[in-house]
Amino acid sequence: MNAHLASTGSAYFLETSKPAVETHTLSVIVDNEPGVLARVIGLFSGRGYNIDSLTVSETQHEKHVSRITIVTTGTPAVITQIIHQLDRMVPVHSVADLTVNGNALTRELAMVKVAGSGEKRVEALRLADAFRARVIDAGTQSFVFEITGKPDKVDQFISLMVPLGLVEVARTGVAGIARGAEGMRV
Amino acid sequence: MATGEMTGAEIVLKALADQGIEHVFGYPGGAVLPIYDEIFQQEKVKHILVRHEQGATHAAEGYARSTGKCGVVLVTSGPGATNAVTGLTDALMDSIPMVCLTGQVPTHLIGSDAFQECDTVGITRPCTKHNYLVKDVNDLARILHEAFYVATHGRPGPVVVDIPKDVQFATGKYVGPKNIEHKTYRPKVKPDQEAIRRAVELIATAKRPILYTGGGVINSGLTASKLLREFVAMTNIPITSTLMGLGAYPASGKNWLGMLGMHGMYEANMAMHDCDVMICVGARFDDRITGRLNAFSPGSKKIHIDIDPSSINKTVRVDIPVVGDVAHALDDMIRVWKAKSLALDKKALEAWWKEIDGWRARDCLRYRKNADVIMPQYAIERLYALTRGKDVYITTEVGQHQMWAAQFFRFDEPNRWMTSGGLGTMGYGLPAAVGVQQAHPKSLVIDIAGDASVLMTMQEMSTAVQYRLPIKIFIINNQYMGMVRQWQQLLHGNRLSESYTDSLPDFVKLAEAYGCVGIRAEKPAELDGKIKEMMATPHPVLFDCRVAALANCFPMIPSGKAHNEMLMGEDVPDAEVGSAIDAKGKMLV
Ligand SMILES: Cc1ncc(C[n+]2csc(CCOP(=O)(O)OP(=O)(O)O)c2C)c(N)n1
Repeated sequence: MNAHLASTGSAYFLETSKPAVETHTLSVIVDNEPGVLARVIGLFSGRGYNIDSLTVSETQHEKHVSRITIVTTGTPAVITQIIHQLDRMVPVHSVADLTVNGNALTRELAMVKVAGSGEKRVEALRLADAFRARVIDAGTQSFVFEITGKPDKVDQFISLMVPLGLVEVARTGVAGIARGAEGMRV
Repeated sequence: MATGEMTGAEIVLKALADQGIEHVFGYPGGAVLPIYDEIFQQEKVKHILVRHEQGATHAAEGYARSTGKCGVVLVTSGPGATNAVTGLTDALMDSIPMVCLTGQVPTHLIGSDAFQECDTVGITRPCTKHNYLVKDVNDLARILHEAFYVATHGRPGPVVVDIPKDVQFATGKYVGPKNIEHKTYRPKVKPDQEAIRRAVELIATAKRPILYTGGGVINSGLTASKLLREFVAMTNIPITSTLMGLGAYPASGKNWLGMLGMHGMYEANMAMHDCDVMICVGARFDDRITGRLNAFSPGSKKIHIDIDPSSINKTVRVDIPVVGDVAHALDDMIRVWKAKSLALDKKALEAWWKEIDGWRARDCLRYRKNADVIMPQYAIERLYALTRGKDVYITTEVGQHQMWAAQFFRFDEPNRWMTSGGLGTMGYGLPAAVGVQQAHPKSLVIDIAGDASVLMTMQEMSTAVQYRLPIKIFIINNQYMGMVRQWQQLLHGNRLSESYTDSLPDFVKLAEAYGCVGIRAEKPAELDGKIKEMMATPHPVLFDCRVAALANCFPMIPSGKAHNEMLMGEDVPDAEVGSAIDAKGKMLV
């Protein structure tokens, strides 16, 4: 037990060897009260957890309920801590680890601006088509594409746009939901 | 005013009264004047005027810890709120139920850098269990009752309610505490019965079991302490406790090993190290308890009972987590144990006790007595001996004296020992004693203090005098920040950088300046007489107990060491203090 700490000789949890980290997507149902997002973000910064992506929006207006989706990276023990720390916050209704609960659906939307002309412009359009990105703005010198998909698909599309004249990107961050008939407890 | 409507300030006082609050510790200012105006016009809630807002928070903590009730604080906006931050953090770390009402600038001025404006909810978010900014007077009553609910349910903690001045003046509807049920916060109190069954069955297989208990037992209430005693009596398992849990099991009980941890008892730490089943009850494997984590009780299976799921597996992985209230869990365990007619292996347990007796024989608290100077340990031993049979509450400051108090003062009941464990706040003990004495006017309330710590909140002597609270401040005066000096001796080549307090005040004259009584003891021979004099004084007392300047607090697990690598007093003659800890250990806090 705790043998992974053997080399540190520390009174504290100072790990020199880094146990494997995992990336998890968490869904958090919260009361939509002022400051609730600051609370969640403060928890992550105060306790040194990572935030890879965080999105929040009200999902049930009458009930004042918002849903936060957090993508975070950590050792399994840290992920469990994060879930417990979130769950004990007063305005939190429930927390679900979408990564553990089976292959949940995650999606992200990005708007990708590309400028260029000639062959590069044609190539950008062709790739956009292959990725099912839509053109939502077009000029003689530029496009804005809208692409929706799993984060890695969005990543891939963006990296393909780099040599074709990528100007800028706006991403929403990840939203996630579990498959099947069940919903999260509110 | 429409019928049934009240002003926000009236709602505050009505809510406090309906919550059964009798005492509020506070300090006025512009942003809370409407509430103070209401305080003036009613009699149900008594206000105790402190001398610094930090004092109000610690007084409320002492009040809460010694009664099991919720402590209440009232401060103004800006500096009033920021001065309360230390006490809020202290209460968060030690799980003390507290509601702190802060005034705020009027709603329309929020965000404009108005006079005495600060972002109170922003500043206190990480140091409270929860906090609220009340923007509509019609939410005020609900939020206040919710605040008390949150502060006192589940793992207790401090809650701030920030009330803008216009909300205090506005009129709105009052709702009583009965109609409040929290929407989202419903801590799990009843443990999972399957976990209880597994825990009990594991305990029954133990050959070298130990109970490691903490402040959670005290927070759970008197029933929890009663059940703990019953469980120990039933099983004959040895029991140790953290600093925060002292008194839950009586120090006079035969299974008591004393406190564990950095300055804990040799026998307690050795038993923790060598046990095969550890039952952690309402404690949280703090670094001051575990010592080096990878050597912490390497051969044991661990059961952890805690109301806060985030405490489980935080630093130490356990085998059987039991999430729930301590009293409920112990009740269930006792029931299951009896129903299954379980018993521990008697022979094995006898052998275990024998081993423990061997460790006890080391007599780890032994120190060299001296006929000319008062040894600090001796001072506390005498204080303990002379207060037997009295109704005593002890608070402490932070430092060596705190550890000696935990070692040499022995507690037979819960709620008698108030100390800043998690945050280690110097300046806690004196105002905490004010709060304890307010809750127990007839009892003997003693702050075992250090000369440096006590100066941090000394001004609360004035509060004690004003409210005729005959607290006794027993200063173990070594003229050093002793604990700092001890670490400098052990870890920094005896370079005593800034740990000596030159120009300490004359505490006897200081007592007189405050209008209380000063007593000084300089020789062992006069100590008993002076302590008796202190106890017989019906006024607040500053007791200047001049002790050996360079005594160190042992035994000690140096940072980075394991439970079975304790430094004992006799191992570390003064000349060798500097080489007692190796280079690696010196890096650690
Ligand atoms: C507010 C605060 N500041 C600094 C410290 C660090 N600290 C811990 S113990 C100590 C010395 C305490 O000295 P004293 O009150 O005289 O007690 P002694 O150790 O001599 O018994 C200090 C400075 C602290 N715990 N709290």
